[in-house]
Amino acid sequence: MKHFTIKTAFAGVAVLALSAGLAQAAQTDITVGMQLEPPHLDPTSAAAGAIDSVTYANIFEGLTRFTSTGAIVPGLAESWDISDDGLTYTFHLHDGVKFHDGTDMNADDVKFTLDRARAEDSANAQKALFAAIAEVNVIDPLTVEVKLSEPNGNMLFNLAWGDAVIVAPESIDTIKTNPVGTGPFKFSNWVQGDKIEITRNPDYWGTPAKLEKATFKFISDPTAAFASVMAEDVDVFTGFPAPENLPQFEADPRFQVLVGSTEGETILSTNNKMPPFDNVKVREALAHAINRQEIIDGAMFGYGTPIGTHFAPHHPAYVDLTALSTHDPELSRKLLAEAGFPDGFTTTLKLPPPSYARRGGEIIAAQLAAVGIKTEITNVEWAQWLEQVFRGKDYGLTIVSHTEPLDIGIYAQPDYYFQYDNPAFQALMEELNATTDPTKRAAMLGAAQATISKDYVNGYLFQLAALTVANAKVVGLWENAPTQATDLTAVYWED
Amino acid sequence: MLRYTLKRLLSLALSLIVASVVIFVAIEVVPGDPASYMLGINAQPDTVAALREELGLNVGPFQRYVNWITGLVRGDFGTSYTYRTEVADMIGERLWISLPLALFALTMSTLIAFPAGILAATKRGSAWDVAVMGVTQLGVAIPNFWFAMLIVLVFAINLRWFSAGGFPGWDQGLAVGLKALLLPAISLALPQASILARVMRSALLDTLDEDFIRTARAKGLTRRQVLRRHALRNAMIPVLTIIGLQFSFLLAGAIIIENVFFLPGLGRLVFQSISQRDLIVVESVVMLLVFAVVVVNFAVDLAYAAVDPRLRSRG
Repeated sequence: MKHFTIKTAFAGVAVLALSAGLAQAAQTDITVGMQLEPPHLDPTSAAAGAIDSVTYANIFEGLTRFTSTGAIVPGLAESWDISDDGLTYTFHLHDGVKFHDGTDMNADDVKFTLDRARAEDSANAQKALFAAIAEVNVIDPLTVEVKLSEPNGNMLFNLAWGDAVIVAPESIDTIKTNPVGTGPFKFSNWVQGDKIEITRNPDYWGTPAKLEKATFKFISDPTAAFASVMAEDVDVFTGFPAPENLPQFEADPRFQVLVGSTEGETILSTNNKMPPFDNVKVREALAHAINRQEIIDGAMFGYGTPIGTHFAPHHPAYVDLTALSTHDPELSRKLLAEAGFPDGFTTTLKLPPPSYARRGGEIIAAQLAAVGIKTEITNVEWAQWLEQVFRGKDYGLTIVSHTEPLDIGIYAQPDYYFQYDNPAFQALMEELNATTDPTKRAAMLGAAQATISKDYVNGYLFQLAALTVANAKVVGLWENAPTQATDLTAVYWED
Repeated sequence: MLRYTLKRLLSLALSLIVASVVIFVAIEVVPGDPASYMLGINAQPDTVAALREELGLNVGPFQRYVNWITGLVRGDFGTSYTYRTEVADMIGERLWISLPLALFALTMSTLIAFPAGILAATKRGSAWDVAVMGVTQLGVAIPNFWFAMLIVLVFAINLRWFSAGGFPGWDQGLAVGLKALLLPAISLALPQASILARVMRSALLDTLDEDFIRTARAKGLTRRQVLRRHALRNAMIPVLTIIGLQFSFLLAGAIIIENVFFLPGLGRLVFQSISQRDLIVVESVVMLLVFAVVVVNFAVDLAYAAVDPRLRSRG
């Protein structure tokens, strides 16, 4: 211990010199900053998006997968056949796929994964994705047959989710702390509260990753996030939490700023069963009281796309319905008077922690006040929000970003927290689920968007932007976030 | 001395019992079910029920309290709801950052405060005194997180001498570890040193006005000798009290500084666990911190007795 200072100081200098020398050659490791740390690393048994942010496409793979544009492409299944009645999917698996522990990935693992996800005691947070599956049969080691109880046009999409990645029965007991997947990176180390390290899988079945090593660092404080990128402690920061600082990065040649789209429809959720919101006129008045651009500018510093319904604007089936709810305080007051509230009314506005809700909430409160609707603002933590708003339905208004992809189906659940009960919409969703023809599906999705928009179920605000700040030399990052992921498969450093 | 120690020990035990009840009740009444939090908004009710069962949340609160306390007594802190690892291991890992950081900051603050306070007191009214009072006034007024951001801006972003935060691990060597803790320690030490220097100064001034100091001078001791043998020793009681309080504060109160420098310490663990409704971790860490505070106070009480013999006989 006595000699540590001199010795370690020398060692430190040597390491510095060495790393400076290495930086000359193309770098093969990367440090990715993100706000939230995953609670554990099993994407098939928790809702936490941070798990997918680390593991999706890097450590774990599913039968199908998302690309950065949200398209569905083959993953571990190289191809599939769908029977004419839409009830039987036969997946042909890639040959020679091995898990990181050296065991083969075959049809038995696929059956195990799907059966585990849909089992009685399953802890899968998206169990509904697998609800249509009736049975899973192993035909031979590379062929697996999935039989559905009813046709489901979303099946290939559902199987691309992080919650549907293929896991092995051998490693399931320790998966939470030692995830064993089939991906181009292997899990190597986790310092809880600080970082997770993954290294390249040399035996990867597909195109190997270009990076040798990646470190995910968890920095929750927005100011610290800014400082960590500025000081070049991290090379990439995904889901950058301080949009007000982005112009500074854009102006700095050391960095690049990627602004993409996410699946997060940010909405002013409305309790449709609570008077006076059970009156469609009141909800319409609410919609016309809102000035979307003011919210996007004020709460998100201009990052975000206005939406007029619960659907992602980048989706091919999206219909722009913002014209149905233009900012018109005059009309809003008139509608309120017609509904019997010439002097407005008072309601609650519960705001969860993200800045879109807290900052946006203040702006919306002011906009609503301008037409006579007074709001009592309460800030709640997520756990409280789940209990009071989501489960208890004890709220008038709340602001939430719904980040699940293609989730318009929630409007068909009358006991969902908006409490929107429209049998026509429910029938439409049932029909949609049973349809596999893409053209017909798009038309139905369009009709569904219009229905909820014309019923003014919720106040539709904007699509959350995917904000990434990275070193200017990093190539191959996802710009959009069709699912929560930090796909490093194709990422490399430019010389 | 024995009676004094025993009395202190009894009050220590009582504090701990009361604290455990308060902590448990306070944390359990906070709304929010850990299982539903973990599974999110798309989870089906049967999935949540299965997880509640797995986490042992289906028994009554009294039973949970008993389970928790009997576990703690046996050294078993339980298993984290979210991380599914032993809470004791998590705390152990985090202590390796929080404890050195607190000690580092405390050492720094003492090393700054003692000379500054003594200088200001002995040269009362001089330019030195004015300077110390002025700087410490500023030090007390500046919030430490703001100061932290400022030094990050200067030393990490502009000068690039330090990382903006994070901790590379002690396995990288002591120098590397201390370097990573330097900026956070300075941010923590600045206000503490300011307070301590001011307390040192006023305590010393009070003592220097006492009759026994004049007597000591009259019997021929030099200023320096009086200071060392008589004045400092008597001024130590308030200073020790403040140091004791500061150590507890540094250990438990570094939450904001740990967030600014993204250090995986105890403060950040508590912060994360509260938002994730990892109740068992919150309860155990808070209890541990209470334990640390109570033990530090106990040690301070013993130190009083060491510097002030009257306390020993009074019992």
